[in-house]
Amino acid sequence: MEKTNRRAYLFIAPFVIVFLVFNIYPILLTFYYSLTNYSGMGGIANAEFVGFGNYIRLVTDSYFFEAFGNTLKIWGFNFVVQMMIALGLALLFSDIRLKLKGVGLFRALFYLPNIITIASVALLFNILLDWNHGALNQMLLSLGIIDSPINWLNSPVYAQSAVALIGAWMWFGNSFIILLAGISGISRDYYEAAYIDGASWWQSFTNITLPQLKPILLYVLITSIIGGLQLFDLPMLLTDTRGAPQGSLNTMVLYLYNQAFKYNNFGYGATLAYGLFIITVIFSAVTFRTMYRKEVK
Amino acid sequence: MKKITLLKAFIYIALTVLVIICFVPFYMMIVNATRSNSEILQGFTLIPGSAILDNYQTLISYMDVWRGFTNSLIVAVSVTVLNAYFSALTAFALVVYEFKWKNIIFVSFLVMMMVPGQLGLLGLYDLSEALGMLDSYWPLIIPAIAAPFTVFFFRQYLITTMHTSILEAGRIDGATELHMFHRIVLPLLMPAIATMGIFTFIGSWNNYITPLVILRSPELFTLPVMMGALRGSPVAMNLGAMYLGIAISVVPIMIAFLFLSRYIISSITAGAIKG
Repeated sequence: MEKTNRRAYLFIAPFVIVFLVFNIYPILLTFYYSLTNYSGMGGIANAEFVGFGNYIRLVTDSYFFEAFGNTLKIWGFNFVVQMMIALGLALLFSDIRLKLKGVGLFRALFYLPNIITIASVALLFNILLDWNHGALNQMLLSLGIIDSPINWLNSPVYAQSAVALIGAWMWFGNSFIILLAGISGISRDYYEAAYIDGASWWQSFTNITLPQLKPILLYVLITSIIGGLQLFDLPMLLTDTRGAPQGSLNTMVLYLYNQAFKYNNFGYGATLAYGLFIITVIFSAVTFRTMYRKEVK
Repeated sequence: MKKITLLKAFIYIALTVLVIICFVPFYMMIVNATRSNSEILQGFTLIPGSAILDNYQTLISYMDVWRGFTNSLIVAVSVTVLNAYFSALTAFALVVYEFKWKNIIFVSFLVMMMVPGQLGLLGLYDLSEALGMLDSYWPLIIPAIAAPFTVFFFRQYLITTMHTSILEAGRIDGATELHMFHRIVLPLLMPAIATMGIFTFIGSWNNYITPLVILRSPELFTLPVMMGALRGSPVAMNLGAMYLGIAISVVPIMIAFLFLSRYIISSITAGAIKG
């Protein structure tokens, strides 16, 4: 370590200035908006200070709770499907008796959808799932699986499932790669000792793999929660940008966006941003604590 | 032994089926991009058509996708370069020098890494308006200078790879501190810069909500915003042109991935195991 050096201030100055102006200040400004009835137009000077009025509205806003519920449902379904595929693949590819080849190729192929622009994916599925002319209905009809076209994007259950499954399709490759790396990091000795002791595959899985994998599972779970609560591009562009059918794709960030920029409710939009932030912190903290409390036991 | 071989054959078949399922949506996109609207309305096929040029004419007459492509490239490259350079500079100062508030800065990074991007979105919009930067790339690019996660990653990397004795030797030779940063530290950081650079680039390329809020003029739209605009445009009347527009936004990234997949995948595991 060097002594105090004036140049240090010069070197960190760009970061600190931009950090304060473009990061911290907008966050504080957003908080201030959340205490006003600012419309987003004509300047904040014309807005009235309403104290915690918006926050009181938030905790009694049925649309917000609906959006929260929609986000959770979509995320939950997505996470279960995504993890089942990812964990299954990771176990297959790490199995010492199977010694599967082509890990590199499969990892790359399964990862590919992760880097595709979500807006493009949403638009693609918007037309693939179209009632009359979508490729999915055309395919199912010509295979004789269905007799009449199904209006996928007009049914809340199908639409939410579609978002969850498209998400699972996009992101399982990422979880697979992380889980595989985690499982490969577990010492072979454990498994060999278990094998000698006559442990079944299931016993080694629940007694060695899962406990050893806990930090990695926690990482996957928390990043997935944080990302899942911010779900926006997919539900917005899959249907009418307002969460149709029947508001079932109205996620928290979509609600925030529409309140602030479509209905000119900047103040309430800012409150929604803080609501989302608090929910994210609570979820991450609870996940973290439950995962680690079990480990202590 | 035979049982294992049979099982393996079954697993490979299942994996191949999974790969096919994964690529069907992309394949349908490419096939339909080459078919005319009426052909698409009639039914589905796995055989490409011959209407790709007509579709292209239709698409391009309403929306300049290549313009969107260039715009996305300008933003993503600027973001990646600024993010790498200034994060490296900040990490360098944090590792090499002692100064006041060093710990405060470091702790504030760790806190900021957990804050979702939407929290400051409305504030950023109004700040951009106040600075006269609305409908320009500045609000998309400038924040890249302050990327706590990249600084954190570079700092960890520098601590393990850089020996201060190299810098001492440089100082004795009369090199300035900034010169040493450019000549010694930046090259040393290159593997870390490549790792973070790929993710920064992809993140910026795919970002939808920020440019959606900031940009107004269609000629400034980045690709994701253009995709959003495509759905309400006259192009939506012609499904072939629509599929082609989506394909143009997707295929080049897929090709780039073919060349970079090895680096990308090793970066994911590096990030996760450390995190």
